[in-house]
Amino acid sequence: MSTMLDAAMATRAGRNTGARTMLLTGNQAVAWGARLARPQVCPVYPITPQTPVLEQLTEFQADGAFDAEIITPESEHSVMSACIPASLAGARVFTATASQGLLLMHELLHYACGARAPIVMANINRTVASPWAFWPDQTDSLAQRDTGWVQLYVESAQEALDSVLQAFRVAESVMLPVLVNLDAFYVSHAMEPVELPDPVDVDAYLPRFAPEHRLDTAKVESWGNVVTQDMFYRHRQSIEEAMARVPQRLAEADRDWRERFGRGWGVVERYRCEDADTVVVTMGSMCGTARVAVDAMRDAGQAVGLVKVRLFRPLPVAALRAALAGVRDAVVLDRNHSPGTGGVLHQELRAALYGMDGAPRIHGMLAGVGGVNVPPAKIVEFVRTARASEPQPGPVWAR
Amino acid sequence: MMRFDLGQDAMLCSGHAACPGCIDALAARHILATMGPDTMAVIPPSCMAIIAGPQPMSSLKIPVYQPTLESSAAAASGLRRALDAQGKRDTQVLVLAGDGGTYDIGFQCLSSAAERNEDFLYVCLDNEGYMNTGAQKSSSTPRYARTGSTPAGKTSRKKNLPEIMAAHGVPYVATASASHLPDLVRKIAKAKTIRGTKIVTVLIPCLDGWGLPDDAGLTAARYAVECGAFPLYEIEDGWRYTLNVAEKTRPVAGYLALQRRYRGMADDEVANLQADVDRGWATLVERAAASQREGARAATE
Repeated sequence: MSTMLDAAMATRAGRNTGARTMLLTGNQAVAWGARLARPQVCPVYPITPQTPVLEQLTEFQADGAFDAEIITPESEHSVMSACIPASLAGARVFTATASQGLLLMHELLHYACGARAPIVMANINRTVASPWAFWPDQTDSLAQRDTGWVQLYVESAQEALDSVLQAFRVAESVMLPVLVNLDAFYVSHAMEPVELPDPVDVDAYLPRFAPEHRLDTAKVESWGNVVTQDMFYRHRQSIEEAMARVPQRLAEADRDWRERFGRGWGVVERYRCEDADTVVVTMGSMCGTARVAVDAMRDAGQAVGLVKVRLFRPLPVAALRAALAGVRDAVVLDRNHSPGTGGVLHQELRAALYGMDGAPRIHGMLAGVGGVNVPPAKIVEFVRTARASEPQPGPVWAR
Repeated sequence: MMRFDLGQDAMLCSGHAACPGCIDALAARHILATMGPDTMAVIPPSCMAIIAGPQPMSSLKIPVYQPTLESSAAAASGLRRALDAQGKRDTQVLVLAGDGGTYDIGFQCLSSAAERNEDFLYVCLDNEGYMNTGAQKSSSTPRYARTGSTPAGKTSRKKNLPEIMAAHGVPYVATASASHLPDLVRKIAKAKTIRGTKIVTVLIPCLDGWGLPDDAGLTAARYAVECGAFPLYEIEDGWRYTLNVAEKTRPVAGYLALQRRYRGMADDEVANLQADVDRGWATLVERAAASQREGARAATE
């Protein structure tokens, strides 16, 4: 009997036999990822362009396919306020937001990390007011880089779905919250064929959340009481230790995903970087455009590649140094703006490579800020300009 | 002297960090004992958070989650739903918040939770100001009271929280006072049996912030009830009023005279407060009578 069962399990496990493909937007893919993760509590507040995630989840629930406790509070602030103790009580928690909503949560983002609550949240990257706008721009989430959330940036609907599930696996293994970022419209609203993994296989990939410490009247543990300087200091150290484990844990989670479902996304992806003297470095949907530009430049005989930063926080410094070793020019494309600094990825990459032997020249370009279109031809032009000039210390507006 | 025993096991331990003589601890002791051990507390920054004690100690024998100041009702919602998802429907969620965290900064999410009728008991320990930060005004501070931010006396009225919460149509809203412990305990016990959002406001005279002698907390609380400045009543399902102490037995002036925060009030200001109290009282009496008539009619139909 057990042999038969084992054989049946072996047939199922890792083969992804129950997978099917649907035409989905990035938002729908996020919702499917959440559905497959089987969260128990899901507080959520609507905001453009995240709203379809909310609506898809409530539709799943109406259809009886999603049994999480959905809470619809009056603000994103209350959404995150509800997420944290729900997670501390031992429930798996998912939510999604965008732009102003993420900013309204800011105080609670710090609180969630401090509470070591492994919440997973999707953020649809959208411009931050004022003035009002609805375009893809990553300033919203990059402005949260010091809140203690792990941050992933995805390029496609498929990657969004896969990343939500990988995010839960990483979050619950290091007990830190994870933010999965996808660009407004380019990813959130564009449709593409997305493979939905078999729920049985996802359950095997992502075991039930069962934290040792939790709010439970049978355990009588508490969270939030005032602490001493020393306790606070040690707590921050433990958060840093958890953060340091993230690149490895994400790599493992991605490798296991690849083995089970046949595709992976890496921590840092190197696209056509063999012998490259110039490398474009960027995040999110810009990577898709950069691939086309890189292909064109390779076709023209230029040794240009792409480094896609999928994990932004913690910044995978070792992987980035390895990816950029021997490269002459790194061209960073930032679809965000930190006034007085320029592009956030540019700043981060310079810090990451500081002191590295033979570090590339790092050119920072503010490209696509405010959702301005950046077609492949523009990226080719940016690369040409960068290769022919010295890197500027300050921001370079490129369009 | 009347004696009122706890009746259940203590859930608030001795050695807690309340100011000497503070009746916040007395109220919390009875509230917690009535709620019992299968309860989780949500305690935002407030005097109660101090009373709960610093890590790794806790004066409460139940799990405590301390949220941000403005998010108690949202946090209680999240906790409640997590318990529901785990099948722990009988575990109680109890918020112990101050008036700053309730009337002011936490009001938005409280209104939202009440609108959703989330299943928890929200107790506002109302000391009519930001007493934990040294006595500044909140929207619960009454007119003419002097605080750190209203040194010449507050010019606007105290917000009527019970009425506002009742207007949400929640199943249970009540006021209570540690000076009337059997009534307080009965209300907590009653709230415990009701599913949905229950809001109980408990008046807590702050010895320091109100300018009271160390032994005058209970007297001030009793005077507040007896003069009608803090009437004890219940509102069920948003419309059914019950007045628990049916007579006003002393003038407001005697209540004010106990407290240094009302020092130097002019006679016409005292008269204004008396008029406010009389008007509020008349409204309550009217609504309680109307509720009784409605109840009698429903019973005969």
